[in-house]
Amino acid sequence: MADLRVNLAGVELSNPLIAASGTFGFGREYGELYPLSVLGGISCKGITLKERPGNPPPRVAETPGGMLNAVGLQNPGVDHFLENDLPWLRQQGTAVIANIAGNTPEDYCAMAEKLSDSSVDMVEMNISCPNVKQGGVQFGTSCQGVESITAQVRKYCKKPLMVKLSPNVADIGEIAAAAEAAGADAISLINTLTGMRIDIRTRRPIIRNNTGGLSGPAVFPVAVRMVWQAAQRVKIPVVGLGGISTWQDAVEMLLAGADALQIGTVLFTDPYAPIKILEGLEAFLEKEGLHSVTELTGQVRPW
Amino acid sequence: MKKYDVQSCQILSKKQLTEDIYDVVVRTELARIAQPGQFAQIYVEGKTLRRPISICEIGEDTLRFVFQVRGDGTDRLSHSQVGESWNILAPLGHGFSLGDLSRKVCFVGGGIGVPPLLEAARRFGSQATVITGFRNKDAVILQEDFQKAGCRLILTTDDGSAGEHGLVTQFLPEDCQAIFACGPTPMLKALAAQAEKKGIPCQISLEERMACGVGACLGCACKLKTQENPAGWKYGHVCKDGPVFDSREVDFE
Repeated sequence: MADLRVNLAGVELSNPLIAASGTFGFGREYGELYPLSVLGGISCKGITLKERPGNPPPRVAETPGGMLNAVGLQNPGVDHFLENDLPWLRQQGTAVIANIAGNTPEDYCAMAEKLSDSSVDMVEMNISCPNVKQGGVQFGTSCQGVESITAQVRKYCKKPLMVKLSPNVADIGEIAAAAEAAGADAISLINTLTGMRIDIRTRRPIIRNNTGGLSGPAVFPVAVRMVWQAAQRVKIPVVGLGGISTWQDAVEMLLAGADALQIGTVLFTDPYAPIKILEGLEAFLEKEGLHSVTELTGQVRPW
Repeated sequence: MKKYDVQSCQILSKKQLTEDIYDVVVRTELARIAQPGQFAQIYVEGKTLRRPISICEIGEDTLRFVFQVRGDGTDRLSHSQVGESWNILAPLGHGFSLGDLSRKVCFVGGGIGVPPLLEAARRFGSQATVITGFRNKDAVILQEDFQKAGCRLILTTDDGSAGEHGLVTQFLPEDCQAIFACGPTPMLKALAAQAEKKGIPCQISLEERMACGVGACLGCACKLKTQENPAGWKYGHVCKDGPVFDSREVDFE
């Protein structure tokens, strides 16, 4: 049996597959289908300091090979998460990653401080949400912005800090390096690419927010490229995500330089996808005669 | 058994009811846990998102879906053949709360809002008056099914080409003790107002663009009234809090 365990900035994961933030809620819904311990970890729905109502509907639209969403970070707030969701999640036998988003650096710091005193395994700082007017991506699209917010939050965050990067940037390598320089323990990428669809009869954007974040198989090649570029620039672990749908995609992302993976949109196509991806990954490792999944990381042979 | 699950379900029968409405019955154990008013998420080969389709009728080990071709995905579903299988995630959501089956109740459906009412109406049988509205005579569906269940029928069409000429909302019987409805928002809004005036409960089934179908992604938001916050409203979700809501909860704006 090949070893699927990975160590992500000091957090031991039973396997490299993490449910991506925003696609898995706080775990309860998919927990109806299978034990959540099949996953290496869960990155929870993005939380903010105070409750957020989210954007008006429609919030989702299908696209060729993917979908757009503009949920707008609807969530019950960090205190609600700590009181109502974390205790339950803690019992599920999987790593718990709290994904945080804020309007201001102070918001991020206040949440990092609260979460430092909790039982979460890791904090994922979302500076790449394209669907809210204030905060989110405004911190994530320049090196200076990424460095500044990461350094500030680092001071308050006693947990391993992972910075989730936006693909809506000119040079992802520079951004990744900025996060590492400012003290990030890991980076995850990519968040969604900003997109738009228009109803040709009504001439209205299908999504009420006009634009939304594109995810799903359509973004996979972009994600592989960005993970490859980012991984070459940093020594900290890289978590690859963006359109992973099959075990072959998972292998590809690992080869590009990912230490661990997140899966999201594929859950909507097939809620059992994590189990199928892990089975396929394990069989591939056996066939290749590899002892550990970590032997795949970064092993692409570029021309 | 799980609350909902994914199963491969063989298609037992398929009929075309109108120009764009199809009637498909599948065999599945999921029928045993399905409730009237719930829905299913049906996988379409090559599509990222499943298609949310209401459950029209629940048999011992069968589910019936009556759906409209709206786009490419539902078009592909309409081309499925008997003997093939659908990959179905079901039963999902919060269905109709039927309550006392001896009450005189009224089911009101507009167009493709009619199919989700059938299973609940069947359970009330002759106690149910079923008022359905369609564009014209060619769009009329499911009348025999309600009749077979013993329901009293009032058929309306927008152009008078079948049944009564007019809107479903004009025909609510005086003695109606509860309303169950599904259809266009203006119809639901009008019914909610009538129910409030009469002081009777009204449950309405809503739809919204949806992704996960189970309450994880928060895609299918709908505005609900609430006392929980000073704003007086919050976003609930059609897939988990609904699709059936108490009409007093819904903020029509």
